[in-house]
Amino acid sequence: MGTLSRYVITRVLLTIPMVFILLSIVFVVLRIMPGDPVSSLLGGHAPESVIEQKKEELGLNRPMAVQYLDYLWHVCRLDLGDSMVFKQRVTKAIKEKLPATIELTTFGMIITILFGVFMGAYAADKRRSPQDNIIRLYGIVIFCIPVYWLGLMFQLIFGVWLDILPIAGRTGPRVFPSTFSKTGFYILDTILIGDFSALQDVLIHLILPSFTLGMVLSGIFVRLTRANMLDVLRADYILAAEARGIKHRVIVYKHALKNAFIPVLTMFGLQFALLMAGAVLTESTFSWPGMGRLLLERIYLRDYPTLQGVIVVFALFVATVSLIVDIIYAIIDPRVRY
Amino acid sequence: MRLTTPAEAMARALYRFTGMGRRYGVEWWILVAGGLLVLAIVCMALFSGVIAPFSPYDQNTGPQLAPPGGKHLMGTDNLQRDVWSRFVHGSQTILRVAVLAAIISSLVGIILGLVSGFSGGVLDRVLSLIMDSVYSFPGLILAIAFAAMLGPGVINITLSVAVIYIPTYFRLVRGQTLSIKEELYVEAARAIGASGSTILWQYIFPNVIATTVVVFTLNVADAIMIEAALTYLGLGLPPDIVDWGMDLAMGKRFLPAGHWWLITFPGAMISLLALGFTMLGEGLAEILNPRLLER
Repeated sequence: MGTLSRYVITRVLLTIPMVFILLSIVFVVLRIMPGDPVSSLLGGHAPESVIEQKKEELGLNRPMAVQYLDYLWHVCRLDLGDSMVFKQRVTKAIKEKLPATIELTTFGMIITILFGVFMGAYAADKRRSPQDNIIRLYGIVIFCIPVYWLGLMFQLIFGVWLDILPIAGRTGPRVFPSTFSKTGFYILDTILIGDFSALQDVLIHLILPSFTLGMVLSGIFVRLTRANMLDVLRADYILAAEARGIKHRVIVYKHALKNAFIPVLTMFGLQFALLMAGAVLTESTFSWPGMGRLLLERIYLRDYPTLQGVIVVFALFVATVSLIVDIIYAIIDPRVRY
Repeated sequence: MRLTTPAEAMARALYRFTGMGRRYGVEWWILVAGGLLVLAIVCMALFSGVIAPFSPYDQNTGPQLAPPGGKHLMGTDNLQRDVWSRFVHGSQTILRVAVLAAIISSLVGIILGLVSGFSGGVLDRVLSLIMDSVYSFPGLILAIAFAAMLGPGVINITLSVAVIYIPTYFRLVRGQTLSIKEELYVEAARAIGASGSTILWQYIFPNVIATTVVVFTLNVADAIMIEAALTYLGLGLPPDIVDWGMDLAMGKRFLPAGHWWLITFPGAMISLLALGFTMLGEGLAEILNPRLLER
């Protein structure tokens, strides 16, 4: 077996305890919560016998250890159970909401990278100039702006005052997702079906949320790219390229940026959790029907299985991304091995 | 020798102050600006009763949803309350929660990190695994779960925020402890018969604590945004407490009608407060230990 495949397997196995620990924490935390799904299901005035019967039905009367093992066994078989509040499989609820979150985070990520990496590279190239100082200031300030407030201000400026962009939802009132939705990824769906007016509508609704999410995270990447670029630009091979007469712009944005990007990529794996947290808040601000909204809605209803399901998916999401980043890193840099 | 006049003493103090600027460059000024910003907001919190013209709960201060101007510096909200007064009083809640949360998580994180790194073995491995798992998970989502579990209340939201930062301190302190444990002076202490707890608290702890100062300041900045995020989502605080995040959530409902003052001011203050602590932390990091943030 090659060293790379051994590395990949070790790395995959290491994500299992992480997901397992998070699952256990969430299971315990949710079970200590005051309030229970049965009373939110039946309302406050249900007779004792009905509540008991419902609890029996949902398996909430069993000892906690039994519930826990039972739950773990089901998760191992990729079965997240049924919602306790709605007649719905948890996997189905998640399947409906996950594409919206993936769409939002993907576009947010693209904007983060475009803004962050290029501004950082530019600042490093022009270091100690006014432009550099402005970009550094941007990097610090934007990081301190809460993502939900940035979203609200964008809504105010572009949605209310200028009235050019929609402020809520994934589609406008005249577009019906049921006519084209297959995968739940609206951009993909509208392209597949060839409905370009719907595609336009979907894209317009994505602008504000993804800019909000992307800009807030770009601050970290500005600083990181700048710091790494400064190191790279000092390297001998940059001087050599300069001496060979290669255009300055090509040296900075092609040769240097490519080398400065590797540590930035690693950082991205670590910052992905921030992107998820930002997505939850952005979804709440923009009434975006994704995982974050699902989480918040179901927390009030004490819908344990759905909440656990959402957390599992978030954990898997984070673990998968950091796994992919590590593997890419190992491919780029063969020295990285366990 | 003659006595220095107050003017001379002040000039000398000012010279030393700017001298720090010449020595450390822009980082010193970032530190000063951040410090002033935090100081201003802390003063606002301490003297909010004097600064605010109305009670933050007073529902009869003027017209409903009046724009800024005249008697109301920042306008009024839908319940005829003065936005400026709520703005001033709101600083108390967020500062108390964020600073207290950072203190709690640093205490727990530092102690666990020290003990774990020093003792090693199974305890160390289990704790590290748990901390790493929590660290890699989105903190806000964990805080949401805790805030929902504990229910509304100042202490409860503080604990919910504190939980998510414990791994940050744990990882930092554990790593430091592992390397300091191998230092020659620890070896020497052991050789002259110092006990385990003496080594831990008198040799390792003082050397670890310095690095956590910067992390603490940056942690407060982050805790401010998490606190406001939780209350913005409607979790964590009962409705009778004045809080910027809750005011934002309330103002959000009047945004489509263009009542900009309800969201602009509280949000800007959350940003400024976080910015103040971030600048303080960045400046400190650069001056105390230039390589810390690059790691």
